[in-house]
Amino acid sequence: MKVGIIRFPGSNCDEDAYHAVVDHLGAEAVYCWHKDHDLQGADLVILPGGFSYGDYLRPGAIARFSPIMQEVVAHAQRGAPVLAICNGFQIACEAGLLPGALLRNAHLRFVCEQVHLRVESIATRFTSRYHVGQVIRIPVAHGDGRYTADGDTLERLEGEGHVVFRYVDAGGHVTHEANPNASMRNIAGIVNGAGNVLGMMPHPERAVDTLIGSADGLPLLHSLADSLLAEVGA
Amino acid sequence: MSTTAVKPRAGDPEITPALIKEHGITPTEYERVVAMLGRDPTFTEIGIVSALWSEHCSYKHSRPLLRTLPTEAPWVLQGPGENAGVIAVKDGIAVAFKVESHNHPSAVEPYQGAATGVGGILRDVFTMGARPIALLNSLRFGPLTSSRVRYLFAGVVKGIGDYGNCVGVPTVGGEVVFDPSYEGNPLVNAMCVGVLREEELIRAVAEGVGNPIIAVGARTGRDGIHGASFASEDPSEATEAKRPRVQVGDPFTEKLLLEASLELIRSGHIVAIQDMGAAGLTSSSAEMAARGDVGVTIDTTKVPVRETGMTPYEILLSESQERMLVVAHKGREEQVREILARWDLEAAVIGEVIAEPVYRVTEGDTVVAEFPGTRLVTDCPVYTIDAVESTALAAARGRDPHAVTPLEEEADPIWTLERLLSSPTIASKAWVWRQYDSMVRTSTIVGPGSDAAVVRLRGTDAGVALSIDGNGRYVALDPRMGGRIAVCEAARNVACSGARPRAITNNLNFGNPTRPEVYFQLSNAVAGMGEACRVLETPVTGGNVSLYNENPQGAIHPTPTIGMVGVLDTLDHVTPSAFRAAGDTIVLFGDNTDELGASEYLLRVHELTIGAPPACDPAGERRLIDALLDAIAAGHVRSAHDCSDGGLAVTLAECAMMRRDEPLGFQVDLTDWADLPVRALLFGEAQGRIVTTTSSPDALLEIAAKHGVPAKVIGRVVRADEGIEFVIGAVSARSAIDPLARAFHDTIPAIMDGGTAADPAAMVSASFPD
Repeated sequence: MKVGIIRFPGSNCDEDAYHAVVDHLGAEAVYCWHKDHDLQGADLVILPGGFSYGDYLRPGAIARFSPIMQEVVAHAQRGAPVLAICNGFQIACEAGLLPGALLRNAHLRFVCEQVHLRVESIATRFTSRYHVGQVIRIPVAHGDGRYTADGDTLERLEGEGHVVFRYVDAGGHVTHEANPNASMRNIAGIVNGAGNVLGMMPHPERAVDTLIGSADGLPLLHSLADSLLAEVGA
Repeated sequence: MSTTAVKPRAGDPEITPALIKEHGITPTEYERVVAMLGRDPTFTEIGIVSALWSEHCSYKHSRPLLRTLPTEAPWVLQGPGENAGVIAVKDGIAVAFKVESHNHPSAVEPYQGAATGVGGILRDVFTMGARPIALLNSLRFGPLTSSRVRYLFAGVVKGIGDYGNCVGVPTVGGEVVFDPSYEGNPLVNAMCVGVLREEELIRAVAEGVGNPIIAVGARTGRDGIHGASFASEDPSEATEAKRPRVQVGDPFTEKLLLEASLELIRSGHIVAIQDMGAAGLTSSSAEMAARGDVGVTIDTTKVPVRETGMTPYEILLSESQERMLVVAHKGREEQVREILARWDLEAAVIGEVIAEPVYRVTEGDTVVAEFPGTRLVTDCPVYTIDAVESTALAAARGRDPHAVTPLEEEADPIWTLERLLSSPTIASKAWVWRQYDSMVRTSTIVGPGSDAAVVRLRGTDAGVALSIDGNGRYVALDPRMGGRIAVCEAARNVACSGARPRAITNNLNFGNPTRPEVYFQLSNAVAGMGEACRVLETPVTGGNVSLYNENPQGAIHPTPTIGMVGVLDTLDHVTPSAFRAAGDTIVLFGDNTDELGASEYLLRVHELTIGAPPACDPAGERRLIDALLDAIAAGHVRSAHDCSDGGLAVTLAECAMMRRDEPLGFQVDLTDWADLPVRALLFGEAQGRIVTTTSSPDALLEIAAKHGVPAKVIGRVVRADEGIEFVIGAVSARSAIDPLARAFHDTIPAIMDGGTAADPAAMVSASFPD
């Protein structure tokens, strides 16, 4: 398994993703420069967190035009997996890989803290190692994380099981207080229709070791590794 | 080129006494300039002198005092005088660190003032060849009852957050203090820590005749002109008109500049690199030349500018952000340009290192400024002022705090405890640090809210513990004792996290040093700091001086803030501040006393800043730290929290409820100290005390005894639903956790989000400052 981590100017969780993949998953990882047209044979693409292009205009709006994004979109259209985290999620929405948009947090402030997520679906290649309804702790760190979509899109996401993570309290209940940014329906992460692109505001790459607060993001990486192994095996 | 062809430039203002005064140059200093040049200076030269001889750049009132501080230890790789200090940690890994103030800009424009403060300190660290891994900050404001203060507080916090978050360096700790003395002069001190391999260390020393001098990064504009001199005068009502002197930050460019600079340093193409910070191109070029004892020549027409018609004066003094000055090896200009282009940044050769001993600035072929040798830097005057203690402060110190009549409500110590926990200075600052990305880089082992932050160093099993601390009230009432306490408390904080204190960076925030009372505070506080640093073996590796923090209403409390770096040889020793589990035994290291002076209790409950601050004995603090670290290494310590603001009762309450989701209770018996006044015992701020918990109290007491440190079992940790209880002889006080936890956790959110939502100034700042 080879992981390609896209580096935009202003990406700042690229190294964290690298360490999560290499040190904790034991897989190979390469950085893919935004000006290149080369994914270097990556099986999995990670769009990392950060402030690509300084979030100028609006988060992700400029990064989607980076040369490398043509390859990322083609990779996704082939059905290959893309993990879009935080700013990566914003870029994926701007690039049309995922429906909806991420707006400024309702309280207008950046928020960084450990939050509880409920795993809503394990029928994805990203979540097979969790169980449905499992409550996990993963940090958020963003100023623009309020997931928003029109009513039809929300109904489709819910109906087709494409809402993967939801902000909940420690007991697993969907509450207003547990929602760090006022996302619609407490949505923290979604997959696309084909199930190969996951966008999430929380940072699984920051939850790979209890030493730094949580290891609840590791099963996500292992789920991905399982799914890629299964493809090779098939 | 002739060395004498310096003539007034067409269009520049005439040199008049008024113009000289406006530049903050005294008549004596002007005579000194004329003597150095052998002629009258040009307008451009006046600007250069004004910047380089400002307090901010020259330390002219503090240098003789700073020289008395210890600066050496076997682990110090770089002491004061560079962009940042550097100490060795383990296995060839070193850390660079420095603190710097942005007080004056933040008073005028809190968002940009604080943001650019963070930007500047990041550059100071990465120009040493170090990758920034942590930011901390020390903030002081007036009381939050003022809408102006809330506006400043919200703006500063957002400015710090937006900048650090975007660059991707975690803000892992800090402190926020509210006191009336900072109402007109908020303090914003930012500290940065970076990691490097020892062999990657690079110094800002220009050398090699013929080597090109290259301007790198953002273009030069008209913003921030005279920022350094602005920071060296009393802010006054006229200060508002100086808002354009505040620079504007762009963290995105900073992130690119950070990556490009580290790549440049590792490439071997360059000799030296320095931030164009305070006094911009002028100070960076003059200081690099002085360090290398070489001549330089700069052509202002070669500097990339973002506005047309900029004069040499403006180009030299601009403090536009996110710019670097680089000395490259001759012939490598193209390689330097390529690295910068990769990061979409510009590089322009603007001058060179020359054999002739002269600091020369040209505009094309015309010389507009020229100083002999490095005298521009070395000839700066140094002042020593007669120090006289303020009689008012001496009288305040002389007042007996025990003579203060307790309020009726104080009959219940729980009432007082709740008052203190809801004091914004003591209350949880989660509202602040939730706005900071404290976790990016996935190396934060202990984040904000503890005594010290702990950050791991990848590739080793070691970590660094970081703390920034100060207490202006102590220094105001007794500068020497206050100086000692500042260092000792920072060391205690670092030790509580399991680390050996190794070195400090300091930020001296004081009033106008030409006033004898302020100079008294400055000289005595520095003396006290030096005493503590020598005993604790924590040399000073650099820092910053911010003077003239006063306004027509008076000066701030003299406030040295201490940024302490400690080292954990193994992360196994990381120790939390909060209690861990019911059933653990609580052991107090150190002794309780009847001291009550200068306490947060007196300020919060009686609105008094009086009495002598608690005595601080650095040798005793050293033994305390040694004992604690031995006990931690032996695996006997489950938690450790230093006693400071609010005293023993507040410390115990914090240990119990700082983890809001998992609070615990405690039962303590202080009957051994029943002869002390109850309020001094519970809320006095006696130094040298640490609250620890353990499951092996006998072993802990034995280690303390071996070091000659007083220690006693005072109680045990209980379940949260059992609440808290103090027993002192026949007196006992108890409370449920909830009301106290609410006081501690909800105070600042209620002030900032609740009661003030209708305040338009605070709203604007909190939402759309950019």
